[in-house]
Parts: sequence; structure tokens; C-alpha cells
Amino acid sequence: MDIHDFIKKIEGEFEEITPGIITPKSKFRDVLDWSSVNALTVIALVDCEYDVILTADDFLKSETIEDIFSIIQSKS
Amino acid sequence: MALFSNSRFKIAGISACVPKLVEYNRDYKWVSEKERNDLIKRVGVEEKRVAEKGTTTADLCFVAAEKLISDLSWKKDEIQLLIFVSQSRDYILPASACILQDRLGLSKSSIAFDVSMGCSGYTYGLSIISNFVANCGVKKALLLVGDVSTMTSYRDKTTYPLFGQAGTATALEFDENASDTFFNLQTDGSGHKAIMIPAGGMRNFPTKKMFEYKKFGKGIIRNDLHVALDGYAVFDFSLREVVPNIKELMEYSSRTLEEIDFFVFHQANLLINETIRKKLKLPAEKVPMSLKKYGNTSSATIPLTIVSELREEVSSKKLNLLLSGFGVGLSWGSTIIEIENICCPPVIEY
Repeated sequence: MDIHDFIKKIEGEFEEITPGIITPKSKFRDVLDWSSVNALTVIALVDCEYDVILTADDFLKSETIEDIFSIIQSKS
Repeated sequence: MALFSNSRFKIAGISACVPKLVEYNRDYKWVSEKERNDLIKRVGVEEKRVAEKGTTTADLCFVAAEKLISDLSWKKDEIQLLIFVSQSRDYILPASACILQDRLGLSKSSIAFDVSMGCSGYTYGLSIISNFVANCGVKKALLLVGDVSTMTSYRDKTTYPLFGQAGTATALEFDENASDTFFNLQTDGSGHKAIMIPAGGMRNFPTKKMFEYKKFGKGIIRNDLHVALDGYAVFDFSLREVVPNIKELMEYSSRTLEEIDFFVFHQANLLINETIRKKLKLPAEKVPMSLKKYGNTSSATIPLTIVSELREEVSSKKLNLLLSGFGVGLSWGSTIIEIENICCPPVIEY
């Protein structure tokens, strides 16, 4: 499980994001133009790819892409 | 007992009725253009049907039932049971099934009652009605299922663009030689607040105050008599529970995924349905969707999808279908059923 692979999957899901813009330190609410629909999109992506279900709480206690990836790792 | 099977009944026909009026989510002005586009892309609803004021679920089901009875050439006095599954009944009391028994001209010796279930309602309804037909001497029966979601607030972006309206009728009859139908029904009432109309029932009887609009977040304004939907909770529940429920049913029925011709899922939203499909590793062509055209029509989604997307197949072939409904309650259930050459008129507009 690699964070750069995770970023690539996010870039693939959100076509409007220019590849290369997201880094592990990026604040996900900024780069993903955060909304409830986009949050659910990330949950669906993570469940399909990693068999991990993120919760609303997981997002609340995260700020960066790296934070979310750490939660995925801890749950898998 | 979540897992069980029933035999000695078959589905003779399915019909569906939707309101004529089409609403397009691209015209949903309550949110910005970008949000509209995101909603359409991710939630998957481009358009939906909206009933005129005064048209109820019972009206849509009545039209669907009349068409089906006529196409099947059933005599009305042969129909011994009517079950109406809905969470938008005509009145708090009496049961809409009783009124429908009279409107449809069914015999006074028929059984008629309501079942208050939503997204899982079709599978629950099938389990109840099939028991009557298989085991209680009922030879012909009608399962009327649907919802008219007039309880959504236009100013609530989490519900209004999602829900559409439809009424359906399923005709069942006794058949000594029918194959087994398998059920896996489950419940978790601890999640009852995930989809809820908090007021208007006996717990919070209607008062003037309940009509006051309140803001619950950006783009979410509604009153206590409107549907409130906790998207995260519904999502979490759907992703956790539906796939294991289906896998358990497959094992119980000794069927493989390959032996199922079509998987007809409750049309919750595109993100949920696609995640379930991918987790079960199902090809898209085996998972018909009507969400884009009709939205989430609560308990009606499964029969409506069969009629709108599988009409030719169910009218001319023997098929194994897996049906799965999940949502409000929280309640969920799946069914594996064999159907063959059923009567299935095109979707009726009313």
C-alpha cells in the first residue's frame, strides 16, 4: 500500500484535478473542493480499492491526504 | 430467522406506474451549477417523476394494478389478498389497502393490509405475500408497492434531487411446481435516525411549530415533517451490510453469482450501487439501473427497474434474479427468485 498509488487513484476518480497537483501534505478539503458528495465519492473509492470504510469522523480528524491514508492503513 | 425459503408460488406479472410530470436535476436551481453537475454525476439522477398535488402512491398503484389485472385476464373475485407496502399512505388511518380493495373491486372476502416499509419493502413484501400464497390457500394475490416522496423539502439538496415517485403492482399465484425462492431479511433499528421524518406520527404529533423551516447546513433547509437523511450513516450502512447479506444468501441457496442472470438492486444512489456492484465483482450488464430516469423511488425501485430495464427479458425467458433492497429502518433484505415469461406491460404514465 503506497500513498502515491492512493493519490493516483484519487486523481483518476476526480477527473477535474490536474495530475501532479496533489501531494501527501495537500489539504484534502482544498484540493478536492470538499463537499458531502465528494466525501462520499472518496468513501466509495476507498471501500472498492482497499476494502476499508471511512467514516465522517475519520474526515473530521484529518486534514491532509496523508492523514486519510494513515487511517486507511490503520483500518486495513 | 433471517434466512428462509418459500416455494409453491410464482410471479405472474409486474407493472409500474409513474407520474407524467418530469423534473430534471439540471434545472434544480437551489444549488450552484457545479453542485448540480456533481449531484447528477455522482448521485446518478438526471430526471425523476413528480406527482401532481393530490396524487398519492395508492393512485399510482391502483393504475398499475388495473393494467396488470386486465393484461393477465384475472377475474377480480379470484384475488384473495392485497398487500400495500408504502410509507406514504393516503391517511394515518384507515389502511390504504382497505381503500384499494374497494377501488379495485375485490371481493369482501379478500384479505387487505398495509406494510410500512421503505427501501427494503419489496423484498419484505414478497416474503409476506409468498407465505400466504404458498401456505395459506391464497391462489391469487396482489403486492402493491411504492412511494410518493412529497415529504421532501425543495430546499434540501440531500433529499430533493434524489427521490422520485412511482407505484407498482406484482401479481402472484399458487403454483405447486414452482422453484424455491430464497430470502435473507435483516434489521438494525439502532440506525433508525439515518432516514427519518421526525414529526407527524404519534411520538411527535403535528403542531404548528413543526412546519417552521430550519437550517441544518449549507443547502439543507427543511421542517420536521420532511424527510431527513444522514448521508454518511446511510452510506456506511449500505457498504457494510448489503454485500455480506447477499453473500450469505448465495451460500444458503447454493447458488453462484454466475447462475444469477440479473441483480436488481434498490436504486439508492449511483455511488452506493456502483460500490456494491464492484465489491461483488459483477459486470455492469447484469446490474440494470433505472436511477438515471426515475431517481430513488423507495420501495418501488426494484419492480420499477424490472419493468423499465428488463421488460423484454422477463416477458420471454426463464431467469434467476437476485433482488436486494436496503435503507430506511434500517432494514435490508435480498431474495433469489426464478421468473419465467411473466406479464410485464411497459411503464405506465399517469
